[in-house]
Amino acid sequence: MSLGVALLSVEGLTKSYGGIHAVRGVSFMLQAGEILALIGPNGAGKSTCFDMLNGQNVPDSGRISVMGENTTGRKPREVWRLGVGRTFQITATYPTMTVRENIQVALVSYHRRLFDVWSPMASIERGEADRLLDLVGMAGYAERPCGELAYGDLKRLELAIALANHPKLLLMDEPTAGMAPRERVELMRLTAKIAREQSIGVLFTEHDMDVVFEHADRILVLNRGTLIAQGSPAEVRGNREVQAIYLGEGLLYDSRHREGASA
Amino acid sequence: MAFYIVQFLTGLASAASLFLVASGLSIIFGVTRIVNFAHGAFYMLGAYVAFTLTEHWSGALGFWGGIVAAALVVAAVGVIVEILLLRRIYHAPELFQLLATFGLTLMVEDLVVLIWGPDDLLGRRAPGFKGAVDFFGQNIPSYDLFLIVLGPVVLGALWLLFQRTRWGILVRAATQDRDMVAALGVNQKWLFTSVFAVGVFLAALGGALQIPRDAVHHAMDLRIIVEVFVVVVIGGLGSILGAFVAAVLVSELNAFGILIFPTISLILVFLVMAVVLVVRPWGLFGKKEAPVRRTPGLTVIPWRALTSLERLAALVALALAAMLPFVGGNYALTVGAEIAIFVIFAASLHFLMAVGGLASFGHAAYFGLGAYGVAFLAKLAGLPMIACLLLGPLLGTLGALVFGAFAVQLSGVYFAMLTLAFAQIVWSIAFQWVAVTGGDNGILGVWPEKWAASPSHFYWLSLGVAALVVSALRLITFSPFGYALRAMRDSPLRSEAIGINGKLIQWTAFVVAGSTAGIGGALFAYLKGSVFPDNMGISLSVDALVMVLLGGVETVAGPIFGAIVYKALNIWLVSQTDLSKLVLGIFIVLVVVVFPKGIVGMFESITYRRRAAPPKSPVLAAKMEGAQ
Repeated sequence: MSLGVALLSVEGLTKSYGGIHAVRGVSFMLQAGEILALIGPNGAGKSTCFDMLNGQNVPDSGRISVMGENTTGRKPREVWRLGVGRTFQITATYPTMTVRENIQVALVSYHRRLFDVWSPMASIERGEADRLLDLVGMAGYAERPCGELAYGDLKRLELAIALANHPKLLLMDEPTAGMAPRERVELMRLTAKIAREQSIGVLFTEHDMDVVFEHADRILVLNRGTLIAQGSPAEVRGNREVQAIYLGEGLLYDSRHREGASA
Repeated sequence: MAFYIVQFLTGLASAASLFLVASGLSIIFGVTRIVNFAHGAFYMLGAYVAFTLTEHWSGALGFWGGIVAAALVVAAVGVIVEILLLRRIYHAPELFQLLATFGLTLMVEDLVVLIWGPDDLLGRRAPGFKGAVDFFGQNIPSYDLFLIVLGPVVLGALWLLFQRTRWGILVRAATQDRDMVAALGVNQKWLFTSVFAVGVFLAALGGALQIPRDAVHHAMDLRIIVEVFVVVVIGGLGSILGAFVAAVLVSELNAFGILIFPTISLILVFLVMAVVLVVRPWGLFGKKEAPVRRTPGLTVIPWRALTSLERLAALVALALAAMLPFVGGNYALTVGAEIAIFVIFAASLHFLMAVGGLASFGHAAYFGLGAYGVAFLAKLAGLPMIACLLLGPLLGTLGALVFGAFAVQLSGVYFAMLTLAFAQIVWSIAFQWVAVTGGDNGILGVWPEKWAASPSHFYWLSLGVAALVVSALRLITFSPFGYALRAMRDSPLRSEAIGINGKLIQWTAFVVAGSTAGIGGALFAYLKGSVFPDNMGISLSVDALVMVLLGGVETVAGPIFGAIVYKALNIWLVSQTDLSKLVLGIFIVLVVVVFPKGIVGMFESITYRRRAAPPKSPVLAAKMEGAQ
């Protein structure tokens, strides 16, 4: 881990809706090349947290900085220009375009050619788009209509789109939700490989604990809007409060049940 | 002072009918998600039926009974319409629903003329409310006072209906999540039908209650529907309280606007609407809608540029079209030029609604502004024709710049209603500002110069400009800008997350579409030799929508074929029948229900199905293994 400026630094992030405190005073840091998981039960505030990180949602208070630059309250498109890619819990792609065109749109945005009205899109950034498709293992899918893709393929396409602006930071909201178990493992291995090779910091939320414990360098645990633990997978696994949330309080006192449940 | 108070009370009285109609529209929209364009037609029908009933039934009981019976009769008509038509289009895209209900409006307009004749009808005064009340020397009709009380009473009754009855609870539940309500075993079909009946009843009651105040005539439907759209945009669709507050606001603005800007009173309403949209885009009492649903059943055939063979075919077709002056007479050439102009108009709307996903119901405004631009330059400034043709459309550009900035803040039905309201404002300026626009008489004598005056020359000019405009729009569609625009249509969420300034892209597209429509309008002014307010009327806007729809809204080449077929049919139809609105209305409804893909869309889906789907890639498996 490098010293100096953190890739992502979050201080005292807070958001409430009416009387409900969705996120309360969350602070953490993320370094380049690090894979950080944000976990917590349903309603813990993961998605709210996530949406604030890329500007989808504005925090009530707190500060977010990306590579030392304050991005609190900035628009998603401005955050993206700083090198932050994002995938969505429910995939957001362009169903009426082909797979390649989906990536080309992100590429022309990256190269600031969105207002080019004369050049045919078919000839722009085609090679780069195909390289990204190849990277996520979809080389043969370039001409397919995106609307026809299976859900797992859409998730991989989103990853390719998120990589189009050479991001320094990837935000992935439940990247494997809705996928078959085998696909989950494959997608996360692929993500981890790309992150290591290109030294990209990754923050992801996930419900599947196998995926989390296998791939995360560090884990943040959120419950009712507050960070209750953070640390290495081993540390978090041993944390009694985390166990209580995930396994239920009663089981802590009865080890036979616990063994029975895990067997 | 007394004068202003009376003016205020008159405004309150007008608000009653407006509120009844707007609340009906809101209730129907809340549950069925349909913006019922035909609501104005039901309002008008209520007035006509009430006129007949109150003429036949005497006495106070006859009058009041007639009013209520009229609303019930029209509600029954609404039930039939719901069962026969709306049930088939609940899952269709919003555009189709708006168009189908507009088709209904057209049919009703011709039907009332058939049944009641074209003249204005003056109804009975209300028994018990015939006189006027003296208010510090000013007279207020006592019927106005009755209406002022009626508005809040209906609001209260609706509140009780929705809060205290089982039916009301079901309706509120369906407004939040209709699928969940269906899953709980509620018969959704009859819930929808009953909601529609209540909404139509309110509209018809609003119309029936107008007969002691206003003459009944066959254009009252469009006037009310535009005001109702303004009301629900300001108040927020789906909110009954919003409908009430906005109806009062709009009526008061109308009442006092006449004092401030006697000729263009709508300006004040427009300014207030603009402010509301900037501050609260979903209306004063509205809720932000969830992102627009993707339409099920929408076939996804990726757009592609023309192959060289297809390009050749297009050139051959253009060359053949250019041969027309050698075989056709003057009439054929005039019709040909008109069709070429409507190809431009349809292509410009297609760019906005098919590429951009922004279905404008007021696109004629920019067509008409282009026409007026030419007329001003030619008649007032005396510029040569070339200069007029080049500069005239800029008036359309200007209009699109101003209105587009507001319109792109919204999407879906809100966008449609707002563009319609804007177009109606432009229309009323052209209609009311007689000193500048000539009002209803228009501006005459806008004839082409000698070099373009002969029918064949003018035909070639129109054809050439049409070819240029269509090619340019096609080029833009397949450029990065066109893709960015489609990206915003497909997924605003994803687009914002990859750095696209979506509103700026959409605004630019609006200006492009408005400018190209202006080019069509400029040519149209020279073709007809005159300009009239109807060059920017609702029916022209709807013509353009039908052309795009008929050609195929999900295709690139659709508007060309749609404009040719529709315009040719239309010209032929007008020469054959006096009931062209009725036939056109039936035609629109049939296209929406039976033929939603359009001509080019049908053709494409047949050829697309023939091509085999590309096989799955073997590279995929290898890649995944590599990653492991």
